[in-house]
Amino acid sequence: MLALQGDFREHIAALHAIGATACEVRTAAQLADVDALILPGGESTTIARLLIAFELLEPLRARLAAGLPAWGTCAGAILLARRVPGLDRPPIGVLDVTVDRNAFGRQLDSFEAELDVAGIAGGPVRAVFIRAPVIREPGPGVEVLARLADGRIVACRQGRVLATAFHPELTDDRRMHAAFVALADAALAAEGSAA
Amino acid sequence: MNASTYRLMGRVGGRAVVSSSSGQNGARQGAGNGAGGASGQTATWTVKAGLAQMLKGGVIMDVVTAEHARIAEEAGACAVMALERVPSDIRAAGGVARMSQVDLIEEIKAAVTIPVMAKARIGHFVEAQILQAIAVDYVDESEVLTPADEQHHIDKHAFAVPFVCGCRDLGEALRRIGEGAAMIRTKGEAGTGDIVEAVRHMRALWGGIRRVHAAPEEELATLAKEYAAPLALVQEVHRLGRLPVVNFSAGGVATPADAALMMQLGADGVFVGSGIFKAGADLAADARVRAQGAMAAAIVKAVTHFGDPMMLATVSRGIAAPMRGVSAASLPAEELLAGRGN
Repeated sequence: MLALQGDFREHIAALHAIGATACEVRTAAQLADVDALILPGGESTTIARLLIAFELLEPLRARLAAGLPAWGTCAGAILLARRVPGLDRPPIGVLDVTVDRNAFGRQLDSFEAELDVAGIAGGPVRAVFIRAPVIREPGPGVEVLARLADGRIVACRQGRVLATAFHPELTDDRRMHAAFVALADAALAAEGSAA
Repeated sequence: MNASTYRLMGRVGGRAVVSSSSGQNGARQGAGNGAGGASGQTATWTVKAGLAQMLKGGVIMDVVTAEHARIAEEAGACAVMALERVPSDIRAAGGVARMSQVDLIEEIKAAVTIPVMAKARIGHFVEAQILQAIAVDYVDESEVLTPADEQHHIDKHAFAVPFVCGCRDLGEALRRIGEGAAMIRTKGEAGTGDIVEAVRHMRALWGGIRRVHAAPEEELATLAKEYAAPLALVQEVHRLGRLPVVNFSAGGVATPADAALMMQLGADGVFVGSGIFKAGADLAADARVRAQGAMAAAIVKAVTHFGDPMMLATVSRGIAAPMRGVSAASLPAEELLAGRGN
């Protein structure tokens, strides 16, 4: 769990609730120890600066290039994207999409909505959007997982990298966390059999 | 016309509207610009308290100009508080301290992409209506400004914009949450650069939380009476072992060590007021700006690595002299801000 700034504690609580092991990552040494990484909600400008200040950006890019499963929620999704208009630091750039920050307006325009997410069985999830981004221009390897009623993309996946514009960690619904843990387990198993 | 008949129902088409309907808590169906297409519900409790969740582990900085706001954002602030004067200057100037000029707040909003907060006087619900109308991201109903109402705080449930309020102990925190505050900050003593009051209030708050958490169920009603707090919120603290909303520390943080101290004492993040833009006061203008940016960045890093003394030593290297400060104990009672609002 990337723990530079944001709501990483809520993610850790969600992971613990489904029996997964989770720890906080603030240094390159801690990053080297994890099998999968969640990038939490928070302020993307703040986290982008801290990634650089604590020399985490390059190690993180290297691990993602080597197949580390990752999931970014909101600010985390912004940081994973390849193209982020207006972000004054380079994003990690592993996900072939454009992400528009604060795409809905200011805090007064933050909202909740019922959302069907591909691969999540059992009905729609309650999706919480807080000063949220939207995803557009998905590249050829990107699978769109969820759209708002007006068609805008709010969840996608490219290989082992997952991005959501909303915050499953702020609700009691653990299906998205379970899906990410399953993705990470499958990745580990694949590497185990390859090795 | 008063607050109980006129409820603020938030924005339609980007403008604040006042509606006379009552009995709603400010949640709206599909009224926002962006959410309409998704039939989303704006201004729910989850959305209001949720922004505070995103600020955690971060530093909210007082800024008085667009230039300050850019320095704060560059240093890694997770939000800025738009003010006309930082608290130490409010303290020095005396007179009546009010909501900042609308133009100044809008200038600061235009200068940064991080959330912008602004202060309203305690009980001044029209200042809060104006701040909602210009779409600030959070309103601080603040004791740093001169109170407008000595009896009543703003009915914060009636607003679509979320509120943060100050507290000195658990009872005060739960009263504010009961009124609709979606985020709490311990008050400390603003504008002093003296951390002692911030520590006192954080210890009092957590002492109360631990006591309620450990108490047997049948004693909660008596504790609610003692803390003068809503029973339902006392029960929630008993269940959670923490406040039901995010809690930052404010009022006296002047160094990276102060910020980490408050984090180790249980804050979710810190507000820094005079501590940044009063640092390096003896330096020439250019050097002073650099020193303030460096102090701001060091405090941000200290909040991230608050539990790692080696890292705290690293981030504390090379920073200029912190604000001079004034001992809170040396101030006469009438100059203390924390006692305003209860």
